[in-house]
Amino acid sequence: MMRLRAKDLDRCVGCQLCMYACSRRQGKIGTEHSGILAVSLSGFERGATVIFCRACERPPCAEVCPTGALVPRKGGGVRYAESRCMGCGNCVDACTLGAIFRRRDGKVSVCVHCGYCVSFCAHGVLEYSEAEA
Amino acid sequence: MRSRVLFINLSSYEHWSEDFEVEEWLGGVGAGIRLLREHAGRAEPLSEGNAVVLSTGQFTPAYPMASKCVGMFRSPLTGTLGESHAGGRVATSIANAGYLAVVILGRAEEPVYVVVENDRVHFRDARAIWRVRDSIVVGRIIAKREGGAGVRSVLRIGAAGCSMVRYACVNTETYRHFGRLGMGAVFGSKNLKALVISGRGSFTPERLSCYRRIYREIFSRITSWKEAKKYYTLGTAANVQPLNEMRSLPSLNLRQTHLEGAENISGEAFAERVLGRRVACSHCPVACIHIGALRVPYGDEPYFYKTLMVGYDYELIYSLGSMLGIRSAGEVLRLINQVERLGMDAISAGVALAWATEALERRLVSRRETIEELKFGRVEGYIKATEHLASGANEFYRALGMGVEHASKIYGGEEFALSFGGNEMPGYCTGYGSYIGYLIGSRHSHLDAGGYELDQKLAKEGKELSPEELVDTLVRREVEKQLLSTLVVCFFARSIYTPELVATAFEPLGMEVSPGELMQIAERIYAEKQRYRGELGFSMDRLRVPERALKQEALGRSLSREYVERALRYFAERYL
Ligand code: SF4
Ligand code: SF4
Ligand code: SF4
Repeated sequence: MMRLRAKDLDRCVGCQLCMYACSRRQGKIGTEHSGILAVSLSGFERGATVIFCRACERPPCAEVCPTGALVPRKGGGVRYAESRCMGCGNCVDACTLGAIFRRRDGKVSVCVHCGYCVSFCAHGVLEYSEAEA
Repeated sequence: MRSRVLFINLSSYEHWSEDFEVEEWLGGVGAGIRLLREHAGRAEPLSEGNAVVLSTGQFTPAYPMASKCVGMFRSPLTGTLGESHAGGRVATSIANAGYLAVVILGRAEEPVYVVVENDRVHFRDARAIWRVRDSIVVGRIIAKREGGAGVRSVLRIGAAGCSMVRYACVNTETYRHFGRLGMGAVFGSKNLKALVISGRGSFTPERLSCYRRIYREIFSRITSWKEAKKYYTLGTAANVQPLNEMRSLPSLNLRQTHLEGAENISGEAFAERVLGRRVACSHCPVACIHIGALRVPYGDEPYFYKTLMVGYDYELIYSLGSMLGIRSAGEVLRLINQVERLGMDAISAGVALAWATEALERRLVSRRETIEELKFGRVEGYIKATEHLASGANEFYRALGMGVEHASKIYGGEEFALSFGGNEMPGYCTGYGSYIGYLIGSRHSHLDAGGYELDQKLAKEGKELSPEELVDTLVRREVEKQLLSTLVVCFFARSIYTPELVATAFEPLGMEVSPGELMQIAERIYAEKQRYRGELGFSMDRLRVPERALKQEALGRSLSREYVERALRYFAERYL
């Protein structure tokens, strides 16, 4: 199974093209549906970085999901069945990385490791590669 | 089409939203000028009645490099149209929050900052931070207190905005600004220390597969684009060396157009010695924002340093470097850092200090006025002087804070006060195109018509235009730029976003508009700007080219006042 990885986080310029790509993949313009977030490192003077799911083998987020909207994915991370999500936000609190983002309707956005964003990062920050066994 | 405009009234602490007529004006400058004219009217710039419009474009979250925010207000510096564009995350935050534009009205009774989070608006007490002079610190305090990291923008003012220096700027994301024409003073007059806008937005294109295809096409054009290289390698600072070589680098208050030692403040020198990182505006792969890293020792303790991260650009190197005779990249960065923190427009501040230096030299003013010893090439004096300027330390600095034109009317030295239409001169002295462009341009900026490019092109081709031809050409160029500014496409991307591409890119968003119609909209916007300027009392009679500028040869040509006057007369008859 493939997964999204950080090749070199230090190269991130904070352009957010990956965020727009992730929403676009889901048919949306904007950032609300993005499972990845580009932030400055407490101010752009310290540079920028991206936050996204690092594909846990035993995902805490799925463990606390009461409806089965988040289920462990082969190769790490989760699959997200949006229709099952009731917006409790347990997963948001459970993810140590803060890689699950709330949408306005209460549901969440999370990276499902599809790899779409990689080709839109012009700065060599991201890569899509085989997850270790 | 995104058409919702958020209104925030600081006098009544109310907010509401209204729909805007997008078809006729699109967004950006089009929405900006319409909303400003309607809501500010002829109100005095620093009165409760002035408005600040922050406007985005229809492409803002949809396509890359359409992330400029157009700020419009009545300018306290020139008394007429105030227009200033900022990159960073302002435009994308406003658009993602669901708005085409935000309009700020009224005046708060006590210092406040305002937070917009998608549909919610909060008015927060800013009394505790009102006197924080450093705009970067203000940003940090607020960023820590508010949510939305990554999808927000924090617009704030420093000391200069609070004391209403007429060219105070509004800083965003540390390195981007609404720099020119005094939006920071308008914030100050409204008791508005900061505005935070955050939002995660989601819009559905009318035709998804077509949208994805056009997006990919634009993206690959940008990333395979040779010209972009110039913006991301050395950045606009690349201009220093060639301009100096062609004797077009305004230096020492334009006593010279060539600076001995300019190679130490060239784009190459900055890149080699200080370039620390590059960052990008939201939704732009180019990453042209150049940040210098400067290690500064504390004088009072050995082995104790601070490292400053300071953004630089050609305009700043001109105004705080060559104009003041500062020939070291590190010293220029220190001064930029200072001006940035105090929240002043770097061009105006540099030109003001250059004038003050010469006025002191010619004994029009004394140390009683300037407090510090101001001498070309001496950075320490300038660093201290910016503090006096930002706080209005005495009568002299208060006058200087009203603009160099104003100060020179009081103290003399008008012939070397480098101001055009009340706005301090941008960094180009290439001839009639640049100077007449500053005068007739809607915001007295080099960006209105890009006259400096035209001058260079004409010189290369060995062509000369009559005053009338020159004015027509400048106006045509300014009209064309209205199209980009209404889409808030970065000027760097002008060769990519042609009218044809723009028309195609509108299709999947559900709007049909032909290249011809787009140009009509651009013309309508230009005309509306002229109308509004007229209502605010803009007239050719008040305009002048400082004598100093006419004295210098430009690209090997000497300049005459008659030519300029004929051009201005023609402009007034034909376009006003
Ligand atoms: S979302 Fe967070 S908790 Fe869940 S799998 Fe990814 S990293 Fe682990
Ligand atoms: S890999 Fe797919 S789901 Fe994950 S951030 Fe990129 S586009 Fe979004
Ligand atoms: S596209 Fe690349 S450089 Fe840009 S924010 Fe995402 S990871 Fe960073």
